[in-house]
Amino acid sequence: MTTRRVVVTGVGLVSPLGIGTRETWDGLMAGRSGAGHVTRFDASDFSSRIACEVKGFDPLDYADRRDARKMDTFIQYALAASLFAAEDAGLESPLEHPDRVGVIISSGIGGFETIEREHRKLLEKGPRRISPFFVPAMVVNLAAGWVSIRLGARGPNSAMATACSAGAHAVGEAFRLVRYGHADVMVAGGAEATITPMCIGGFASMKALSTRNDEPERASRPFDRDRDGFVVGEGAGILILEERERALARGAALYAEVLGYGMSGDAFHITAPAEDGGGAVRVMQAALAEAGASPEDVDAVNAHGTSTPLNDRIETAAIRRVFGGHADRLAVSSTKSMTGHLLGGAGGLEAGISCLTLRHQVLPPTINYETPDPDCDLDNVPNTARPATVRSVLSNSFGFGGTNVSLLFRHPEMS
Amino acid sequence: MSDKAREADGAPEPEELPVDERVRELICEQLSVSPDEVTPEATFVGDLSADSLDMVELMMALEEQFGIDISEDQAERIQTVGDAVAFIEQRIN
Repeated sequence: MTTRRVVVTGVGLVSPLGIGTRETWDGLMAGRSGAGHVTRFDASDFSSRIACEVKGFDPLDYADRRDARKMDTFIQYALAASLFAAEDAGLESPLEHPDRVGVIISSGIGGFETIEREHRKLLEKGPRRISPFFVPAMVVNLAAGWVSIRLGARGPNSAMATACSAGAHAVGEAFRLVRYGHADVMVAGGAEATITPMCIGGFASMKALSTRNDEPERASRPFDRDRDGFVVGEGAGILILEERERALARGAALYAEVLGYGMSGDAFHITAPAEDGGGAVRVMQAALAEAGASPEDVDAVNAHGTSTPLNDRIETAAIRRVFGGHADRLAVSSTKSMTGHLLGGAGGLEAGISCLTLRHQVLPPTINYETPDPDCDLDNVPNTARPATVRSVLSNSFGFGGTNVSLLFRHPEMS
Repeated sequence: MSDKAREADGAPEPEELPVDERVRELICEQLSVSPDEVTPEATFVGDLSADSLDMVELMMALEEQFGIDISEDQAERIQTVGDAVAFIEQRIN
């Protein structure tokens, strides 16, 4: 099989920091928190009452009313981010070779808001009142379905549902499809919209969420000693991956080259990371191996960095094992300190942020970093964005079930 | 979404309006079409671009709005706006 080079030509972001790629990047550069009190429902009985909500999103800006009402919010976010990415990449419309353009958009959970609403109808009014649009509005792969319909993309169409690694799996699988010639262009990433009573309640019952309810902006504090859980975020991050020669021929501006996609499983516990960090170690090594890169080639890591006590300690140890002495020269940011944790959308968002880091040559900070934790002793780019020479960025995503992804992006001209 | 809006605002049903007006309003809402498209002769599938799922949802909304049951056979015979108005008028009178 021939292998081809794969580049990123478009980034589309919808995040708690802003609706749009530029808006989100500006928030990251300012070190702004997207967190606040939950406004989507009355959370007063919940142990965690904070979240990073997308503010001021109007689905009618991206779809007509008739279509928009058939989509759960996660699909609306995915559609908006995909349109931003396609425009950013300058993709032709209509597509010249639609069979060679595919879509993989993941979600960890899918349309939970829709599930909860229709379930209420079932209980209150009976089964005959369940909307015929219930299933297509909430199923995970309908984000990819809607985006393909909208763009006329008739190539590979799929979705991963691998919890908090889902968006990263989408980007990785899309990379492979272009690399091995199954498609020339892929629209890929993740979307999530789970600020609902069941989801917040479920994660709260697991004691996974921060309960710093009085200071929402300070709640997501990855690598800080006083971290106490993650803050749920929402939104979407979508990339346009493109075969390099095609991109160059049409004069597209390149954000990055995708060099490596690692996958691993912990085979350990349903929700906790393996204590020795083995899954995280193997996934970073796999990404480097596919890229043919050595640890010294990497300048920055966009960490999974959830702000849970366990993840940040184990991820730090895993980075030390993979990078050895070079670990002390790495910049390891967790942008979840600002965006919250987009779950299945996180891998897409953070892949996009990694590409923006390469383009702008500025490292996004880890905000709320106040008290060092001896177990988290890397350079976490505390609190303030930092200009730097960034040749390549490794983006980590780890999910429940022990599913891990690491993606390696390199600056299109530096090597 | 419109379902949510309808459930949430608790606005009184526009009982005072004639049946044909209420049916037309509901169609505009459900199918996101403008009132001037909703003529008695307009076909749901052809003129108003409804698909089979839109039709299921529309029949559900009519059942709910007028407190009636519409069987699958009856629903299949409702092809135009005028059909819907005539069916509802016959059922509630």
